[in-house]
Amino acid sequence: MSEKEAESRNPSELQDVFSGEPMDLRPGSDDCYKCSTCDTECPVAEVDDDFPGPKFQGPEQWRLKRKGDHDIDDSVMSCSNCMRCDNACPSEVPLSQMHNTARGKYVDEQMSKLSREYIRNRILSNYGRLAPLASKFPRLTNFVMGLSVTKFVNEKVMGITSQREFPDFATETFTDWWEKRGGKATSKERAQEARTKRGDAAENDDKRVAYFHGDYSNYNTPEVAKAMVRVFEQFGYEVAVPDQRCSGTPMFANGMMDDARRAAKFNIETFAALVEQGYDVICSCTSCSMALRQEYPELYSFDGTAKVAANTFEALEYLRVHEDLEGELADSSVPESEFGELAYHAPCHAKNQGLDGQAVELLSALDGTDPVDVGDSCSGISGTYGWKSEKYDTSMKIGDEMFEHMEDVESETGMTECPTCAMQMNHGTGYDIRHPLEVLDSALVN
Amino acid sequence: MAIEDDVVVIGGGLAGMTTALSAAREGSRVRLLSHKESTLRFASGLIDVLGYVEGEIVSNPFETISALPDEHPYQKVGEDGVRAGLALFDSVADYAGDHTDRNALVPTFGGRIKPTARYPKHTAPGLASDERDTLLVGFETVVDFDAPVAAEHLRETVPFDVRGVTLSFPGEFRTDAKITRLAHALDKNERVEIGSSENVSQSEPVRIALAEKIKPHLGDAERIGFPAMLGEDHPEDVRATLERKLDVEVFEIPMGPPSLPGMRLEAQFESALKEAGVRITTGNPVVDFESGDNGEISAVVVERNGAAIPFHGEQFVLATGGLVGKGIDSDREGVREPIFDCRVPAPEDRYEWSEDGAFDNHAFARFGVQVDDELRPLDSAGEPEFENLRAVGGVLGNCDVSAEKSASGVSLSTGTVAGRKASDEVNP
Ligand SMILES: Cc1cc2nc3c(=O)[nH]c(=O)nc-3n(C[C@H](O)[C@H](O)[C@H](O)COP(=O)(O)OP(=O)(O)OC[C@H]3O[C@@H](n4cnc5c(N)ncnc54)[C@H](O)[C@@H]3O)c2cc1C
Ligand code: SF4
Ligand code: SF4
Repeated sequence: MSEKEAESRNPSELQDVFSGEPMDLRPGSDDCYKCSTCDTECPVAEVDDDFPGPKFQGPEQWRLKRKGDHDIDDSVMSCSNCMRCDNACPSEVPLSQMHNTARGKYVDEQMSKLSREYIRNRILSNYGRLAPLASKFPRLTNFVMGLSVTKFVNEKVMGITSQREFPDFATETFTDWWEKRGGKATSKERAQEARTKRGDAAENDDKRVAYFHGDYSNYNTPEVAKAMVRVFEQFGYEVAVPDQRCSGTPMFANGMMDDARRAAKFNIETFAALVEQGYDVICSCTSCSMALRQEYPELYSFDGTAKVAANTFEALEYLRVHEDLEGELADSSVPESEFGELAYHAPCHAKNQGLDGQAVELLSALDGTDPVDVGDSCSGISGTYGWKSEKYDTSMKIGDEMFEHMEDVESETGMTECPTCAMQMNHGTGYDIRHPLEVLDSALVN
Repeated sequence: MAIEDDVVVIGGGLAGMTTALSAAREGSRVRLLSHKESTLRFASGLIDVLGYVEGEIVSNPFETISALPDEHPYQKVGEDGVRAGLALFDSVADYAGDHTDRNALVPTFGGRIKPTARYPKHTAPGLASDERDTLLVGFETVVDFDAPVAAEHLRETVPFDVRGVTLSFPGEFRTDAKITRLAHALDKNERVEIGSSENVSQSEPVRIALAEKIKPHLGDAERIGFPAMLGEDHPEDVRATLERKLDVEVFEIPMGPPSLPGMRLEAQFESALKEAGVRITTGNPVVDFESGDNGEISAVVVERNGAAIPFHGEQFVLATGGLVGKGIDSDREGVREPIFDCRVPAPEDRYEWSEDGAFDNHAFARFGVQVDDELRPLDSAGEPEFENLRAVGGVLGNCDVSAEKSASGVSLSTGTVAGRKASDEVNP
C-alpha cells in the first residue's frame, strides 16, 4: 500500500479512530429511516429547487452506489458543506462525511482537471497558498484586487463573482506580529505576570495552549488573533503558535481531497506533538475547530488524529470551562460607543459543535454591549461557495433571512466567529463585523 | 468556576422543555442540555393526556386518572399535577381544547379517530364531533396522505359525508419536493406558473392557484381538510386566504415527520424558554456525571469527539426519553439508563419482554426508571439513587404511553412538577 493509500483510504476501509473498529459508511446509510428532517434543514434545498437535498446526497446515493457502478450525481457540487444536515439527523447518519467522500470521488473521477470549474475551485480552496505572496505586497494586492479590470477577468475567466469585494490583506500578518513580539518566550512572561497578579503560582505547566489561527486571521484579520493571544495570557495561559497549514475546510468543500490530506497530515502531526506535551489546542474560527474535531477523525487515521480532536476547543468554550469567564465579564465593561448592540450570527459550524448559544449567553453579562441573536438561519456564504459566480445568487438568497434580522437590530455592528460568515454579513448589510474575542480583549485586557 | 446553573435539565424533548420552563418560571437559573434538537418537530403536534385504558376509549381523562395503578406517573403527580402541566402548556401554545376536560376526537392522516386533550387551532374545524360534510384534499407528491383512502376509513366511523380527492400541487415543484418547501411557498404566497395562453406564460399566487384547483371538487362540502402543510410561519394567513376564496372552513390533519404542527409548537416553546431566560446548549450528548462529597451529583459531562465538558448545577432532571428517545438502552445484558445507571427493572428472561401479538400487553413498553413521590429515581432497595436527581417524561416506567395515548400528558405533568420541586430545593 502506498503512503497515500494508507493515510486516506476508501471509506469502507477507514478505521474509526475512537473505537478502532473498521469504519464503514454503509451501516450509516442503513440507519437512515427516511424521515426527511435533514432535507427540511438544508439551506440550499430551501432556495434552489434543482438541488435534491441531503437525504439524496447522503444515504440514498450510498445505497445506489452499493448496488452497482453508479456515477456520483453532479449536484454534490452544489452542497455548500454547511453540515446542518449532520446536526439535524435524529439517527446519527454521518451525512457530511458521506458528502465529503462523495465530493472527493466526484472531483477525482468525474471532473476534468482542465475545466474552468476545477481550476477555479483549486485556486479558491488553496487560498492559504496564495495569501503569503499577496501579504508580502498587501497594498499592491489590495489595489489590484479592487480594480474593476481584475474583477472583470475573475468573473469572465475564472467564474469568481465580481459582486464581492476581496478581503483586504493586512499590512502586518499575525505571525509577523507574533515573532516581533518575541514569540513563545514573551507569551510565557506575560502569562506568568498575569498568574502572579491573580495570586496563582507563577509556574504552571497546565496552562499552556497551542493556537490554531488558520489562514484568514493570519493574513486578513490579525486583530482577532492578537485578541486571542492577549485574552489567554490575561488568564495566565502561555500561548504557542506552531507552523501550520490551512485547516482544510475549503478543500473538503471543493472535493480537493489530496490537498486536504496533505494539510491535515501536517496539522495533525504538529499539534499532536504539542498535545503530547500537555498543550490544549485552541481555535478562533469555528470551521477550523470543526475540521480538527470532526472532519479529521471522519476522514483520516494518522497517528494522533483522535488525540488532537479530543483536545481541541474553541476559544470561548475553553475559557468558560476552565475559568470564571462569566463572573469576570459581569465585573467588566466595554465602550458602548464601540460595541453597543451586536447583531450576532451563529455560524453553522458553531451550531454543529453545540457552541451556537455561548457568545450571546456570555456577553449578555457584560456592560456596554447587548448581543442579539439574529436567528438560526445559514449566512449562505459557506466559505468559498458564495464566491463562485454560479452560486452567488443562491448564496445571497440563503443569506436574506439573516440580513433581514440584522437590519432589525438598531446598531450597525455585527458579531460572529466565522471569517466568511463575517464577509457575508458585511456584504449584505454594510455592518462592521467583530469577533467575540475582540469584545473580550476590550473588556478584560487592560 | 466553570459553567454553573441552579437546575440542569438533560433532554430537549417535550418533557425537558417543560421542566426547564417550569423551573425558570419559579425563579431558578436553568440550563437545558440536549443532544439533538427538540423531538417536537417529529411529533404530530397533538397533546394526548389519556386516550385509552385497557383498550377502552376514555372520554374524560380526569375522571379516569384515579383508576390507574398506583405506580403510574399520573398517580405520582396527582390530578393537580396533570392540570398544572396543561396550564403550563396553555400558557405557551396557541392551542384549542382548553374549554373542556373531555377528550376531542381528531381525524388522523390514516382516516382513524384519535382522542386527544389539546390540538392546534388549525385542526379544530375538523373534529369528528362536528357533523358538517367534509372534503379531504391530498396531493400527488405528498404520498403519506392518501385522501380517498382516508375518507373511506373515516366514513366507517363518522355520521357525516366525507369525500377524498388527490390533486397535483400547483406550480412546478420537484416531484420529491419536501412538505416544508410547499409550506414555505404557501407562507410567502409565491407566484407559480399556471400554463400559457397565446405563448405568454401566466402566473398566479400559489394560494389562489390552489383554491382554483379545488373549486370543481367542492360539491356540498362545508369544510376542507388538508394534510398539515398550510405554512410554517403564517398558517393563519394561508388558511384565511383559502377560506375566503373557497367560502368554506379549512383545517389541517396532523401528519408524521417532518411535522409542520410539531415545528410550530417547537417554535412556541423556544420563544417561551428564551423569555424565561433558560440557557440552552444542544448538539452533544451527556455521557457521564461527577459526584460531590455527599454522593450527590455535582455536574454532568457532555462529550464531543473525546472532549469532555462539565456542566455544574445543584439540581438535575433526567428527561432523555424512552427506548426510542435513547433515554433507555437495551442490550443483551438487559435494560439500563445510560447516564446515571439508574435502575430499570426488567424480567431477566428476554422472552418475557414481549407478548406474541403486536397489540398485546408488552412489558418493554412500560420499561423505565421507578420514582418516588418526589419523582426521584429509586434503586433496588427503594431508596433514591441521588438526592438531587429527578426523572420526567418518556424515561419513566410503569406506563405504556403509546397504548394509553398519554405521552405528552405524562411529559407535561411530570415536567411541570419536577421543575417546580427542583427549583424549590434551590430557592426555598
Ligand atoms: C414521531 C412522534 C410522534 C408523536 N406523536 C405524539 C402524539 O400524537 N401525541 C402525543 O401526546 N405525543 C406524541 N409524541 C410524544 C411526545 O412528543 C414526546 O416525545 C413524549 O412526550 C416524550 O417526551 P420526552 O421529552 O420524555 O422524550 P423525547 O421526546 O424522546 O426527547 C428526549 C430528548 O432527550 C435527548 N437526549 C437523549 N439522550 C440524551 C443524552 N444522553 N444527552 C443529552 N440529551 C439526550 C434527545 O436528543 C431528545 O431531545 C410523539 C413523538 C414522536 C417522536
Ligand atoms: S451540508 Fe448543508 S448544503 Fe450540503 S446537503 Fe447538508 S445541509 Fe445541504
Ligand atoms: S435526517 Fe437522518 S434519518 Fe432522516 S432522512 Fe435524513 S439521513 Fe435519513
